[in-house]
Amino acid sequence: MGRYLGKKAIIYFITFLFAVTLNWAVPRFAPGDPISMLLSRFTVLEGGREILESFFVKTFGLDQPLIQQYFGFWRSLFAGDLGISISQYPKPVLDIIRDAIIYDIIILLPAIILSWIIGNKLGAFSGVKKKADNFLMPIFYFLTSSPYFWFALVVSYVLGIVLGIFPTSHAYSATMKPGWTLAFIWDFIMHWFMPFLTLFLVQLGGWAIGMRNMIIYETNTNYAKYMESLGASDRLILNYGYRNGILPQVTGLAISLGTIVSGAVLTQMVFSYPGLGYLMVQAIKQNDYFLIQGCFLFLIVMVLLANFAIDIIYMLIDPRVRHSYSGEV
Amino acid sequence: MAMKDFWQKHENLYFAVSNKKVIFGVVIFLSIVILSIIGPIVTPYDYEEFAGMGYQPPSKQHWFGTTIMGRDVFTQVVYGLRSTLLVGFIAGTIASAIGLVVGFVSGYFSGQAADESLMALTNIFMVIPSLALLIILSAYLPYRGIVTQSLIVAATAWPWTARAVRSQTLSLKSQEFVNLSRISATPTFRILREDIAANMFSYVFMVYILQFNGTILSSVGLEFLGLGPTRGISLGLVLQNAVNWNALHLGMWWWTIIPGLILTMLIVSLYFINTGLDEVFNPRLREM
Repeated sequence: MGRYLGKKAIIYFITFLFAVTLNWAVPRFAPGDPISMLLSRFTVLEGGREILESFFVKTFGLDQPLIQQYFGFWRSLFAGDLGISISQYPKPVLDIIRDAIIYDIIILLPAIILSWIIGNKLGAFSGVKKKADNFLMPIFYFLTSSPYFWFALVVSYVLGIVLGIFPTSHAYSATMKPGWTLAFIWDFIMHWFMPFLTLFLVQLGGWAIGMRNMIIYETNTNYAKYMESLGASDRLILNYGYRNGILPQVTGLAISLGTIVSGAVLTQMVFSYPGLGYLMVQAIKQNDYFLIQGCFLFLIVMVLLANFAIDIIYMLIDPRVRHSYSGEV
Repeated sequence: MAMKDFWQKHENLYFAVSNKKVIFGVVIFLSIVILSIIGPIVTPYDYEEFAGMGYQPPSKQHWFGTTIMGRDVFTQVVYGLRSTLLVGFIAGTIASAIGLVVGFVSGYFSGQAADESLMALTNIFMVIPSLALLIILSAYLPYRGIVTQSLIVAATAWPWTARAVRSQTLSLKSQEFVNLSRISATPTFRILREDIAANMFSYVFMVYILQFNGTILSSVGLEFLGLGPTRGISLGLVLQNAVNWNALHLGMWWWTIIPGLILTMLIVSLYFINTGLDEVFNPRLREM
């Protein structure tokens, strides 16, 4: 058990090292010399000189050998120093990210959990009811094939513009003052709904297809046929099949987290929903390199943590993992 | 009689051409490919040209309507399709190739150092959200062509293929006929080629289809963020322009819904081909 988690933790740690190294290396070795561009942009800002002197020397240490620059980068990272944003000068990148990350969590977490649960149930239903299957499968395929941003546009057009139920952009109305008032919370939920719905529906199709195939496979296995010959009810057989089918779906969730986060970035773009993805794309438009890198780092840390959580869940629901981890087939 | 012999020899082909899902998928896929080939020839406009009045819904002159600037949406879509299909083809091929080689080697030498290090690398790439990595890479590359884009998309697309191919290789490796080859002193390369690769052919084909889909989706996502090829037109770019011009709020559904719908149909059709082929290659699924 410890070995399983330990091995996973090592992989995640290496991934983290890799991400930070990439974050350090890309601006240094990319064509177009982004660092000197940053330098020249900072010098024209008010107070930019001081920042140059303190931050750049510490973080980049451009006069030092590469290896020292690299360790300097890590030092400032552990000091919580991700640099100063240019587009929201002079706000530190860490503060901007701290404000934005909550928006990612509130749309991603419910969308992932609900679509996984409901998608699996619908898929299992579709796997045993042939009539429903013929009708549901094309819908699932359509959902899972839709690019997130296009589906977001369709949702936005139908619910936001044609029917006019939901507001089509931002996290809350500009006239609202954030606070724990009923009016604000309602406004917030109305703005939250469409990004959530997009992420929920597009993912739903994939889970349903996966579970449907698992159920069809399971109901054809020998143990299921044996149970059937003993007179077990369809419901009981389905329950056993479902329990077996759920395990690959948990693994699938871990594998697709990266794709889901990418989908959230695009969805946030369509709805101007101010999470990390939206922030990151805005930062690109304004060549705010520190902010881009900060967002990248936090997106990865988020995915790593989620992966680790899923590993623990997997271990809890499948005791076999403890014993069979060495020979994965 | 000759016909019957032919079908008996090519049993899989017979099941493929008589599978409804495969037929449905192939028909849609081919229509979209044909659209991308003859579309640019048929259309009288250029994708950057002011083809007529702006803000026009679909009509006889402009099949998919016009943009706010009066560009012909149909023309943009068919040119964009070309670029999207090309990226899918190049990136899908590269990603499948990397995934296959990594998975194959890792599976055959499972438990050894090569396997451990390759799988560690695969797991690292698997965890990193590909779009975030693509954004970082693209953001720092001021000039990007279709090939550059394909390369960076492929660089993040291969890990799941490597994992899947590895486990396929693992399960094939422990089959008895492979053991028989091994104890009869067949050279390793020949075992790889004749016993393992030959039996994975169908699987590889389906992996390729899924990679084609996946790379198209990521590259369109990049284009939508304005990080696609710096020149030319693509489906993602058409949609980005539409969003930038607030097309939906202006009621110009043809500018956003139609290009995306064609893209979605393209991906749906490939999924159908994939599922259909799964039934063809796995007789157990055929009855469903």
